[in-house]
Amino acid sequence: MTGPLLISLYIFVLAIFVGFEVISKVPPLLHTPLMSGANAISGITIVGSIISAGAGHSRISTLLGLIAVIFATINVVGGFMVTDRMLEMFKKGR
Amino acid sequence: METITNIAYLIASILFILGLRGLNSPKTARLGNLLAAIGMFIAIVVTLFDKEIIDFTYIIAGVVIGSAAGAIWARWVPMTAMPQTVAIFNGFGGGASALVGIAEFFRMTAPPTMDVSITLVLGLLVGTITFTGSLVAFSKLQGLLKGAPMVFPFQQTLNLILLAITLVIGVLFVLGTPTLDKVVLIFLIGSVLGVLVVIPIGGADMPVVISLLNSYSGVAAAMTGFVLSNNVLIISGALVGASGLILTNLMCKAMNRNLRNVLFGRVGVEVGKELAVAEKRRVTSHTPEDAVMMLEMASSVIIVPGYGLAVAQAQHILHELAMQLMKRGINVRYAIHPVAGRMPGHMNVLLAEANVPYDMLYEMDAINEDFQRTDVALVVGANDVINPAARNKKGSPLYGMPILNVDRAKTVIVCKRSLRPGFSGEDNEIFYLEKTMMVFGDAKETLTKMVGLLKEL
Repeated sequence: MTGPLLISLYIFVLAIFVGFEVISKVPPLLHTPLMSGANAISGITIVGSIISAGAGHSRISTLLGLIAVIFATINVVGGFMVTDRMLEMFKKGR
Repeated sequence: METITNIAYLIASILFILGLRGLNSPKTARLGNLLAAIGMFIAIVVTLFDKEIIDFTYIIAGVVIGSAAGAIWARWVPMTAMPQTVAIFNGFGGGASALVGIAEFFRMTAPPTMDVSITLVLGLLVGTITFTGSLVAFSKLQGLLKGAPMVFPFQQTLNLILLAITLVIGVLFVLGTPTLDKVVLIFLIGSVLGVLVVIPIGGADMPVVISLLNSYSGVAAAMTGFVLSNNVLIISGALVGASGLILTNLMCKAMNRNLRNVLFGRVGVEVGKELAVAEKRRVTSHTPEDAVMMLEMASSVIIVPGYGLAVAQAQHILHELAMQLMKRGINVRYAIHPVAGRMPGHMNVLLAEANVPYDMLYEMDAINEDFQRTDVALVVGANDVINPAARNKKGSPLYGMPILNVDRAKTVIVCKRSLRPGFSGEDNEIFYLEKTMMVFGDAKETLTKMVGLLKEL
């Protein structure tokens, strides 16, 4: 295996552990916002989509990139906004 | 510049982790979500400076269209429709990962190295399955498709054959020649597979499916990260993958199912089950007046809401009832079963929307011991999650599922339309207990009457 790949693999595995640690502490009360928030984070593919759409390599890859940007942006913008809308409603009693 | 980009990606990753950590308390959750959004913003902005980008037209167009669609959706969707919203957003994420994979393939000038082609195949497959699977889940939850499981002979055999074919093509792509037709084939078969995997799953199992698809979209993003050797994708994908997996596991436990059983077995579809109710048993039907008298005399009440409450849109009036009782010095709390609603934690959101403060919402383990010391358990639109068959009826589809100990309260009031069994098809003993008062009718009407009576008193 090549060096960079090995490092990426390290990062991947360690990030999974971090994910398990952090997320197992989220109370069931907030599981729906957790899901929609995590969902918005998975829209990080927008980063890849932007490069595909902007690299101007060929018409087909630009088109695929454009659709990918639209999809990922819906995921990101919609996801964070709807999560915020939900979390805003959680209020403590007196 | 590359160093700056990578440092920015690192900061974004840290913000994602801090953001998710913020969700461990409702006090910090909103800030957490904001941190994650800022992380995303940083990642996007720094990507725009990438030297590979020569033309911004399509990027701007895509971002504008996507932002508008996402924002309008997020702003106007009703809270009851949250499961299908998460499903479809999720599907878009998975779809984007798959498309980036294909676009990358087109941009490759030299044949990809083995690790790139492996992750390309995996990302493509998982991404397309997530995309079409989420679309089906969305359609089912939105009522565009029937919620009931759609099954046909040899369905699972077909799925396995398709999966095997895809894997063979994948191996040929990795070890043989990486050609466009293989990419297209994987894309097409993955799309079909996503549909086939989700259509046989019934409405009641949707919480598990959405959680699982959530996990898949993370995996797809991480795989795309390997293809692009982009660490922020790998980290975020891993985080989301882990999150989806935890929720899938929790949902399975709360529903007493294992994952294989959800994906390949079917539950609550046998029509014969409903006949069991036909053997008429005595239930005591009561009026809202009776219920109010009982509640008035109580000193402690636990409210058990189920999805039927949300269907009747009676959350607000229910909380008005709770406030009337609290005014009288009665200790009122809500008991929330993990699968109350249509997705993990859904009921909490629905109640929060009705201005129920979150410190009145108790999760199952925190309140289950208190039922035996409680005067009245008020059940509105819940059924399977309080069914004692889960405790004592071996062979029942519910057997072994954790339930709320409603039957241990001194009196049980059940607001329900009819005696129809829940998703499991299992009749509920609680309805026939001597201490149970059944108040039949639409939850909203019944509760409105009860609130009216309390206000007069």
